[in-house]
Amino acid sequence: MRSLNFIKTRFFSSPIDAFLTLSISYLIYLTIPPFINWVLIDATFYGETKKDCIDGGACWVFIKIWFTKLLYGLYPSEEIWRINFAFAILIISIVIYKYLNQKLKKYLFLFLVIPFPIFSLVLFSGGVFGLSPVDTREWGGLFLTLVISIFAIIFCFPIGILLAMGRRSNLPVIKYFSIGFIEFWRGVPLITVLFMAGVMFPLLLPSGTNLDKLVRVIIAITLFEAAYMAEVVRGGLQAVGRGQYDASKAIGMGYWKSHIFIILPQALKLVIPGIANTFIALFKDTPLVFVVGLLEILGMVNLAKTNPYWLGMATEGYVFVAFVYWIFCFAMSRYSLSIEKKLKITN
Amino acid sequence: MKFLIIIKRGKMKNIIKAICSFSILALVLTACGDSSKKASTLDATKKQGFVKCGVSQGVPGFSNADASGNWTGIDVDVCRAVAAAVLGDASKVKYTGLSAKERFTALQAGEIDILSRNTTWTLERDASIGLTFVGVNFYDGQGFMVRKTSGLKSVNEFKNGVKVCTNLGTTTELNMADFFKSKSVKYEPVVFEKADEVVQAYDAGRCDTYTTDKSALAAQSTKMKDPTEHVVLPETISKEPLGPVVRQGDSKWEDVVRWSLNVFIEAEEYGVNSGNIDSMKDSKNPAIQRIVGAEGTKNGEALGLDNQWSYRIIKQVGNYGESYKRNLADTNIMPERGPNQLWTKGGILYVPPVR
Amino acid sequence: MSFLQNKIEKFDQYLSDHPKVKFFLPQALLVVFLFIIIGYLSFNASSNLAARGIDTGFSFLNKKASFDIQFSMIEFDSSMTYGRAYLVGLLNTILVSVIGIIFATIIGFFFGILRLSTNPLASGLATCYIETLRNISLLLQIFFWYFAVLRLLPSAENSLVLFNFVYANIKGIYIPRFVWTNLSFFIYGIIFTIFFIIIFNKYASILREKTGKHLPKFLISIGLLIIIPSFVVLTFGVSLEFSHPKLEVNMGISNYIGGVSIIPELIALAFALSLYTSTFIAENVRAGILGIDKGQKEAAASIGLTKTQILKLIVIPQALRIIIPPTTNQYLNLTKNSSLAAAIAYPDIVLVFAGTALMQTGRAIEIVTITMLTYLTLSILISIFMNWYNKKVALTEK
Repeated sequence: MRSLNFIKTRFFSSPIDAFLTLSISYLIYLTIPPFINWVLIDATFYGETKKDCIDGGACWVFIKIWFTKLLYGLYPSEEIWRINFAFAILIISIVIYKYLNQKLKKYLFLFLVIPFPIFSLVLFSGGVFGLSPVDTREWGGLFLTLVISIFAIIFCFPIGILLAMGRRSNLPVIKYFSIGFIEFWRGVPLITVLFMAGVMFPLLLPSGTNLDKLVRVIIAITLFEAAYMAEVVRGGLQAVGRGQYDASKAIGMGYWKSHIFIILPQALKLVIPGIANTFIALFKDTPLVFVVGLLEILGMVNLAKTNPYWLGMATEGYVFVAFVYWIFCFAMSRYSLSIEKKLKITN
Repeated sequence: MKFLIIIKRGKMKNIIKAICSFSILALVLTACGDSSKKASTLDATKKQGFVKCGVSQGVPGFSNADASGNWTGIDVDVCRAVAAAVLGDASKVKYTGLSAKERFTALQAGEIDILSRNTTWTLERDASIGLTFVGVNFYDGQGFMVRKTSGLKSVNEFKNGVKVCTNLGTTTELNMADFFKSKSVKYEPVVFEKADEVVQAYDAGRCDTYTTDKSALAAQSTKMKDPTEHVVLPETISKEPLGPVVRQGDSKWEDVVRWSLNVFIEAEEYGVNSGNIDSMKDSKNPAIQRIVGAEGTKNGEALGLDNQWSYRIIKQVGNYGESYKRNLADTNIMPERGPNQLWTKGGILYVPPVR
Repeated sequence: MSFLQNKIEKFDQYLSDHPKVKFFLPQALLVVFLFIIIGYLSFNASSNLAARGIDTGFSFLNKKASFDIQFSMIEFDSSMTYGRAYLVGLLNTILVSVIGIIFATIIGFFFGILRLSTNPLASGLATCYIETLRNISLLLQIFFWYFAVLRLLPSAENSLVLFNFVYANIKGIYIPRFVWTNLSFFIYGIIFTIFFIIIFNKYASILREKTGKHLPKFLISIGLLIIIPSFVVLTFGVSLEFSHPKLEVNMGISNYIGGVSIIPELIALAFALSLYTSTFIAENVRAGILGIDKGQKEAAASIGLTKTQILKLIVIPQALRIIIPPTTNQYLNLTKNSSLAAAIAYPDIVLVFAGTALMQTGRAIEIVTITMLTYLTLSILISIFMNWYNKKVALTEK
């Protein structure tokens, strides 16, 4: 009886509620079973070619066959260990990070932010220490997605902080430069910025110098996201109480010391969700590099689906990539939520 | 306010002076830096040890990479010929796959030194975007492909409302506008940047016809579900001379590429190929002697190369006829040579004499 | 760490000892830096362009474009100029943005409110919708709708027919076109009606404030909206006919001619843009409604306001104030994201101008600059409009 009552109050408390309940149940009935059928029950998992797939279900053979390409792009298969090696270090560091004490944490963090990216770049591109060189044109897949987003995140963070401080500065040149810079990048779509990096920027360099396309793209994305980051950080700086500024001044702290040790740590804590959202946005923006011809994971799917032996596999490819994006973005947003909660408790 | 007060104190002047002089210095430095390192592409290529060649992102028969990244095709062979002539090794080429959009910028900016990517020679391109066409390696024309089920036999049978798929920003887009205008047919262009998307859109039925250069129609149809379901209409609506392109203003490099292409074609005219070139060394025909780089011929010097340059091209890459057979005929993409037959055999392939 | 701290301290000390250095040095450095960068780039550009004989300047805008565009709201053909082509692209960008903004707002409000529902099924559906779509790259969603869903539509001969007048096939969706006679009378009639309703509403408010008498404003307004236009239609002979799209078969090629055709590229783009943006708007709406103090509603109820009055007078105006600023940002994002049209063949400004025109003329610097400035202007216009609107609904403290 009680459960019946519960159902009545939760699902049928008013005519509108009842209507909602019924129509949503119908919607679920209409969509979920066919979807599950397609994804799992009628799907084909084993086989080597398109012919092995049964009509009516998803053909996951497509993903299986193209899996290495989707992960690593056209990176030479005998060199893939380099990518695995670097990402293994990254993952291990992140895992052990949790169990370290404060001081070691700091060192590990510094290692991850400065020497590690340089080391992995050298490792990926080769050309030294007997490693055969791998042209950035051959980079691709999820690997390229991660390279672009990780580097852009590392670079856009400090630039964003400086711009945010610049915008609040009372030095007119710096202030107006920061405003102009931020508003410019926020006002234009990323795709045109990438056009600029891909098609226009080479004309602005001295003839003969040739900046790698991937480098140009990372610079473009970094500047673009730095403007968004700046606005997020500015929100944090504004939210830090006036008293904090006055107090740090009163104990004789200068501009930089007070900002680095007092103001910024608080401001950044306040805007963790915003920062996480910017990172997520950056990650979701990476497929746009198709405009300059780089093939990250979505680009690789587009390449694979136009392969004459695998025509008609667009849906499987997109569902797979959607799943990958969703996992990464959802994980990032949940992680930021958990940090936020932790900070709320400790404060 | 603070700003103004300090200016009044007269210190501002010094600072402005400092800024100005510093920036002028910087500008002068960058200017010098730029003009001093303007080396010719030929020297740069010799120094770096490979030819930087821009090709398509995959047109079978013209430039196409296999799974392990080896490029083949008739456009690729032009770059290989240049590498053989300049560096002595046809494999010393670094290929860059380019979209139609990037191709000219990449060449202008020096990302590549030769653009060999089925590019049509037009006045506008030659004169106003800083490029020089060195010759023609494929005579082509724009055609239309339709489904066999449509029953169309001629381009004159297109009616209002026809949907046409093609590539963005190519001469094709312009030709088709002219063509349909002259026939007063109202059509809808559906343009994609990537060739693969165009093929797929047509194949899926988004368009009634697919138009591009006839060679590309043949090459791209291999990417369709069932290539036998489609037919290319007989008419050709435009002239599309395709050829390699270099930057304007570097005549040395331009000459090297032009004559590598010319000797490549002339060798076929005199029956010199990769198989018989060594035996041809004793030929009495002076034209053949020049091609094989026999004693006393000095045409390499004028180009800034040694005298074996043409020998290496034929030895390593073959002549034009071999290249055509390997890439277009044997693969069944364009089995008939048509206009791309030598002028002596009823085609229009005619190159200036290598002497 | 303390070493670093010391250095920073010394640096700060130095700055506070030398206020002029503190004031001028960073600014001077920035000016010099900008000067060098800009000078360096523009010097390179001019020398590169000169050395390679590339034409520059904006004169190309007056040249004949000689290409056609699939879909345009103003007349365009290949004999018109690049300038006109730019305008066609711009209008198409605005069209898809406006459609996207309208639908994103409706869907966003719907799911935002649904997520707050006490019905777990409803709030669960909303949460699921929001969390799924906002975490997937927009470009992927556009590709999905375009390449995976719309490509499944049948060929023109076997079109899906909805309600007997909508025809959907792989080449697009075709609906009847309105054919009006004496349309101008009808438009004048509508304008007049709206004007009349505004005056009436003003009068009703004044009446209420003066005498406390309530007029059924809404009902009377609706009534006016029906009566006056129908009067106009009857007296001036305004009539509306539909021109239905007709299937024309030319040998084996069939196409719908006539009516209004909505190209699949527009549908896919508008669909993806509105669904993606709606998830962000839904979150704003939820935050806006949750942001209103419960006490406010209770207080309103205690002074005898009805439920609709509470919603209309207390909840919505205050929630809007929280919802509008972040939603403005979403509108801006949507407009900028419409540039992804270039990935499918929707002829927006990026595809037409930064695509075809750029490649035909080779003027990369000019065209990319114009395109960026166009978006910048659009962004600024939307910001100005929304700031104005925001001020209007903002709390005016007395």
